[in-house]
Amino acid sequence: MAQLLKDGHAIENSWQTVAAEETTFPAGDILVSLDHWREHKAELTKHSGSVGLWIQGNEEIEAVVDTLIKMPVIAVVFPKFADGRGFSIARLLRERYDYQGEIRAIGNIIRDQLYLLQRCGFNGFELEAGIDLTEAAKSLQDFSDAYQVAVDQPVPLFKRR
Amino acid sequence: MAPFNSQYAEPNFMYKYDQYDQKLVDERVEQYRDQTERYLAGGISEEEFLPLRLQNGLYVQRLAPMLRIAVPYGLMSSHQVRKLAHISRKFDKGYVHFTTRQNIQLNWPKLEEVPDILAELASVEMHAIQTSGNCIRNTTTDQFAGVANDEIEDPRPWCEIIRQWSTVHPEFAFLPRKFKIAVCGSEEDRAAFLLHDIGLQLVVNDAGETGFQVFAGGGLGRTPVIASSIREFLPKEHLLTYLDAILRVYNRYGNRDNKYKARIKILVRAWTPAVFAERVEAEWAHLKGGPATLNGTEIDRVTSFFSQPDYLSVNETAVDNDIKALAAGSIGFSRWLDRNIRPQKQPGYVSVTLSLKPAGVAPGDVTDRQLETIADLADRFSFGEIRSTHNQNIVLADVAKADLFELWELAKTSGLATPNIGTINDMICCPGGDYCSLANAKSIPVAEAIQRKFDDLDYVYDLGDLELNISGCMNACGHHHVGHIGILGVDKKGEEWYQIQLGGSANKNAALGKVLGPSLSRDAVTDSIEKLLDVYVENRLDQEAFLATYQRIGIEKFKQRVYGTAS
Ligand code: SF4
Repeated sequence: MAQLLKDGHAIENSWQTVAAEETTFPAGDILVSLDHWREHKAELTKHSGSVGLWIQGNEEIEAVVDTLIKMPVIAVVFPKFADGRGFSIARLLRERYDYQGEIRAIGNIIRDQLYLLQRCGFNGFELEAGIDLTEAAKSLQDFSDAYQVAVDQPVPLFKRR
Repeated sequence: MAPFNSQYAEPNFMYKYDQYDQKLVDERVEQYRDQTERYLAGGISEEEFLPLRLQNGLYVQRLAPMLRIAVPYGLMSSHQVRKLAHISRKFDKGYVHFTTRQNIQLNWPKLEEVPDILAELASVEMHAIQTSGNCIRNTTTDQFAGVANDEIEDPRPWCEIIRQWSTVHPEFAFLPRKFKIAVCGSEEDRAAFLLHDIGLQLVVNDAGETGFQVFAGGGLGRTPVIASSIREFLPKEHLLTYLDAILRVYNRYGNRDNKYKARIKILVRAWTPAVFAERVEAEWAHLKGGPATLNGTEIDRVTSFFSQPDYLSVNETAVDNDIKALAAGSIGFSRWLDRNIRPQKQPGYVSVTLSLKPAGVAPGDVTDRQLETIADLADRFSFGEIRSTHNQNIVLADVAKADLFELWELAKTSGLATPNIGTINDMICCPGGDYCSLANAKSIPVAEAIQRKFDDLDYVYDLGDLELNISGCMNACGHHHVGHIGILGVDKKGEEWYQIQLGGSANKNAALGKVLGPSLSRDAVTDSIEKLLDVYVENRLDQEAFLATYQRIGIEKFKQRVYGTAS
């Protein structure tokens, strides 16, 4: 199972991601798709563990934001690490919709993206089994400051220098 | 904030790093050093390392890695150029190549030494950040910024503001495709800004306020497109939030399945410019007035770096008479004055173009020694300031007219005074098949053959302004679509052939060239160019330039001469 880095620390990953084609839900904490949520809402509201949603980078989140922001976890899927759509999605969730829960990057991400992902509002990262999380977490600190406004720094450098 | 890196006397015409800028490039070097070490130790796969090295300027080319160094909007100090000479000696084969994006390439660096090269660059406030990869690239502008007599406003402060905004931008490091921005601050376009993903034209509105007309979706490559206007007037304080809006729309909706359809031009075209503009406006409505909105303090801070040097007031008539006398005595000097000198808005001063296109050298290539000479000339004659141009030459601005003869003699000794600027021999040429792994055909030998063929300067001058651009493949790094004459390398059953295009133009009336006819073998290219020039000379009226004649008489006569038949 993928490992979880949350708020800079390695924690036990209690979450299972339920693939789109699945129709049954395992016990414990799960991440389900928006379709799962729509079609099995009654069952999922009574689920034994926590329920979060996973979305793809091409999701029109504007249309489903009311559902999304009630969730404790929103996981954004990176089909390929070079597919940067998720970066925009996370900023929108935080900056436009004021989402306070966890935004988790799942799928294909690499440690060298952690600094930027975190700037965009991600605070959870699923990394492949076998990766040394303590080592990887160092990449969260690749830079000590940045020019631009982002979720971690709402004041641009030009107003602070 | 006091300048941070002040152990050497820096000229006062360019942006100086403070502690924040310096720390960022230093941290970038360390980040990349660590990534390189992990890659060499097997901790990062080839596929994962690819975008990391590209975003630090490192390609792996046909013969060796190639490192592209950023020259933000083409501006360098003599101190930086001396460092580049040193780097090319220590880490490479003692020469560098100037690109059509005002950047510099090293052709033979070692992958494991790149972190050390980047550290050397950082020590003179330079870097290679985002010079490649699917991210926001170096912002380019007019090589005559700040001195051009048709300038509306100096574009360089805006380029620097964009440089800082785009550097390690958290949201836009993994775009569908590369992204290029150009700023034009003058009446005439010398930045080819309509051929960029975003082109910004500085304008003054009826109320006398400066702002930008924003164009999007231009670009060369396989599908060349001239950018469309998406906003008539953007007040300048809103520049960054508006750019964020464009980039966010592109990042979310640009095509990611097919790299040939991934540039923003395809999205703008698919949606239509009007719909694209609406989508950007809708996104911008949320960002407008937000924290990234620029304020006067920041605009003034950045602008203050681009101050004018202390011009001396001179008796222009006297100087002009002296120069005339010298020119009368030296045909070489007189030719150089004709082609390589441009007047400035400051009386008594001119901009000098040092040609990097002498015959027999790949266009844009300079040796370490020549770089040092350029640095010396700049210290002596142009306040230590050096500019690279998208035509792959060097400009020294702010040269006192009285110094021209001396400068010419010194430049000539170093092979930097070829009097061919704007002529057929001042061609733009990509590295092509000699270096580039994507090439269909070589381009440097074609350039060389043309320069050798047209070595009669009287003939070349008589031809007048003529832009000839050569690309080794569809990627169009040599801007062949917008050459008055464009040459494109194509692959025909494994052989190198060349297609000729006519009528392109990269100025404000940007136009894409038309294909003349079937592609030609390399041997036939130079003769065909000669035939095209014959048609021009026979048909031109008075002082008409090649492009104007072509536009008046059309392609047919040219075609007939080259292929022998009408089609
Ligand atoms: S145009 Fe083609 S051959 Fe020339 S440098 Fe670009 S990619 Fe290489």
